[in-house]
Parts: sequence; structure tokens; C-alpha cells
Amino acid sequence: MVFDQLKAIIVDQLDVAPDDVSPESRFTDDLGADSLDMVELIMAIEETMGVHIEQKEARNLTTVGDVLAFVEAQKGAGVAK
Amino acid sequence: MGPGGAGAETTPGLLRFLPIPYPIDRRPVPQYTLTDEYFGYQSIVPGGPNDLPAASPIRPRLWEASCGTSEAWSVYTQISGTGSALPENRVTNRDFERLVDTSDEWITTRTGISERRISSGEDTSDLAARAAANALSSAGIGPLDVDLVIAATVSPDKFTPTVSCQVQKALGLANATCFDLWAGCTGFIFALMTADSLIRSGLFGRALVIGAEVLSKLVDWTDRGTCVLFGDGAGAVVLSRSENPGVLAHVTGSDGAGGHVLCIDGVPLANPWTVGSIPSPSQPSSVIRMDGQEVFKFAVTTMQQSIRRVCELAGIELDDVPFIIPHQANDRIIESVAGRMKIPRSRFYTNLDRRGNTSAASIPIALDEMNRADMLKARMPLLLVGFGGGLTWGASMVRWMPDSREDS
Repeated sequence: MVFDQLKAIIVDQLDVAPDDVSPESRFTDDLGADSLDMVELIMAIEETMGVHIEQKEARNLTTVGDVLAFVEAQKGAGVAK
Repeated sequence: MGPGGAGAETTPGLLRFLPIPYPIDRRPVPQYTLTDEYFGYQSIVPGGPNDLPAASPIRPRLWEASCGTSEAWSVYTQISGTGSALPENRVTNRDFERLVDTSDEWITTRTGISERRISSGEDTSDLAARAAANALSSAGIGPLDVDLVIAATVSPDKFTPTVSCQVQKALGLANATCFDLWAGCTGFIFALMTADSLIRSGLFGRALVIGAEVLSKLVDWTDRGTCVLFGDGAGAVVLSRSENPGVLAHVTGSDGAGGHVLCIDGVPLANPWTVGSIPSPSQPSSVIRMDGQEVFKFAVTTMQQSIRRVCELAGIELDDVPFIIPHQANDRIIESVAGRMKIPRSRFYTNLDRRGNTSAASIPIALDEMNRADMLKARMPLLLVGFGGGLTWGASMVRWMPDSREDS
């Protein structure tokens, strides 16, 4: 559920096909995102999914799975806007 | 009219306003080698019926404004002239490939910049003076007809005299009070807001508002992430009184707590008590340092807020604003905001592909280009929006030629 929502955001922001997005996909290497794409992606995830991602933490999120784990942890801990 | 001459009034209950304490030769003496084509004007006698307040250049009106006369605030302002000046030297992305490890492709996809102008000898005050002269000519006025000059810059020639004072000397602006304004890339917006307020309050009559930068002095030429972004140039507007509101609304803000993400160091703190001995003359290394991702996020966020809020304050729907003139930092910022706010990209005027990021100069340069390209029609609302070091941000809504009775 969370993964589907995340996938939709990634497809929209990075202009990639849904089939290309799996938890193993690396943003830079597989999905062609540059540093500014990543900032926009993080902003979109924050706004749509009601979480907060510090820029420092964002730099460690290299794969879709990393982001998924981060978002699920935040939601699980009840940290939502 | 000499200091304390005919026209200076005695103010009941207040100290007589002291004239400037040293004699100033107020004869018009242009000291800049500009030809008459810059000054196609009829010199207007200060204090005349359709010009500066009769009290200028000494401004005893100060006491009127402080008495709270409502008349002072029914004055409106308009932009009555624009000007710009750029170095001749064009530097393309290919030229940068020879300097640092970068590529045309990287620069263009990350920023949208293809070329920029870099000074090969002009300093900030030179560009500022040329831009100001062009603005005076565009407004059809002469050097004696402005009593206020504000220059927004982070790259002045000197700490003192200021760029605005140097422009005064160059153009013979004998009646003007001059100062610089430091607000990063938002400098022009803040300077416009300041000049607008000073005219509307009745303190001043007509202002030159300048944005001027030679950022190539402040760029780290070994840092491929930043040296490709910036350009040199200057823009200026003349702000005059108008019968109908030209400048309609301002939004401004600052966040000093976030300032560390965009930094240019000043002179190092070196004195005998910090260093332990007589310090040797320092060669300060003042270079632009930036966390690109943080600045991007900040810019995209505040630009949207500023656009919305200034439309509210001005009472104009965003759909009715034909052009948004953003600070020309990075095409990706503009694209992001256009997409998020569902504004057609074409409504954002951009020239950063040819100019790079010229900080406080970017908005007035863009405005002059639009003016000279005949893009600006009478009573057209324009939204100027900026953001930059400080952190600072702001927007101004300006109606072009508000007194015009032509239909266009």
C-alpha cells in the first residue's frame, strides 16, 4: 500500500515506467535521477505521504527500498504531519 | 539652489534642519565619458511644478511625514524607466570545459545555462553606472532629477564609497542621497520596496534602484559545482511618483537561522587581539559556497509562497498576471514552481540561458530586456519574485505604466 503510493510519486517525479520501479531500484544509477531530482522527489514524498525527511537523512537514501523503510518507520512511529 | 537656500523652512518646535556641512558644487558636471545618446533629456529644474518635492535636496519634509499627514501616503510610485549593462565578454559552457572538469551537457541539464557574461575589466560600479544612465535615458530625465540612489549588490567595488556613491560621482547625480543594500539575490526586491516606501512617505521624489554584480570576483574558480552558475551584469529602474498605483504590493521575508546554506565570507577577523601580533595585510578569500540541494528546496518553497501572497495583497488573480519575472538562479527551480503551481512555463520570463545567475542584477536586467523587446504593455501587472542569501526572499507586484490612457 505504502509502496504503491511511493511508486506513483516516483513515476510522476522521475518520469519512469512503473515496471522500472522496484525496492532494489537505485535512484541515480537505475532511475536516472540527479541531485535536484532527488530534492524534488523528497519534497513530493513529504507532502503526499505526510512525513518529514531531513536533508541529512535524505542523502543516505540510495534505493527505493531505503525510502520505503524510512517512510514505514515514520508512519509506524506515528510521526505524521 | 545652495544648501539652506530659498525653500528651506523653519520647523516650529523642531531644530532647524542643518544643511550638509560642507559646500557641494551643484552645477551639473558629468564625469563619466558617456555620449549624449545616454542623456537625451531636457534638464528639469529641481523644485519645478512637475518634479521633485520643492524641499529637495534638503528634505525638510521629514517633519511633515513624522506628523503623520495622510497626504504623504496617497502618493503612488511607478517604474518610469529601465536600463541594463552587461560585460562584452561571453563565456560559454565549452569555455568552462577547458577550465574545470565539467561538460556542456551537465551544466545545461542541471541549470539551463548555456552562456554568461563575465567581466574582463569592468567592475561593479562601472556596470551599475551604465545601467543607471540607460535607465535615466529611458525615463527621459537627467542626473539632477533623482534624489535617491539605492544599489543592491553583494559584490561592491569597495566597502566605502558604496557602488551607489560611485554611480553618483560617475553620472553627476548631485541631488541624490546614496546607499547600498545587501540582501543577496533578493537585493533588488528589497531595494525596490525601500525606494517605494521612501517616495510614498514623502521623504524623496524620484529614485534610481540598481542591482549590480560582478560575481566573477567572488566565485571559486576551482569549484566546478558553483563557478558555472554565475554571471556579471547590472540593471536599473527609475522609480517616480505616479497618479495611479504602479508598485502595488510587496512581500518580504528572511530566515537568518538558515543562512549557512549560502555563504560568502567577509574580511577575516584579524587584529592584534585575535592574532596575537600585528596581522599582515590579509588576502581574504571570499568565495560563494552553497549547499545546492538545500538552496533549491528553499527557493522552490518560498517562491510559491511569495507568488501566492503578493497576488493576494495586490488583489490580482495569478491568472491575470501575464508575466512572472523570477530571480534567474536556475531553470530547474522555475520549472519546479511552474509545474507545482500549474502555471504555463512561458509566463515565467527567463534569460538565464544567456546570462547565468547575476544575483541582485537578474530581475532588473530581465525587466529592461522585456521593456526593450516591447513585451510590456500599459497597465499590465508584473510579478517580480526573488530569493537568496540571508536567507531572504520577496516579491513585488508592479503595474506597468499605470497612468497611461492608451488601450493596448
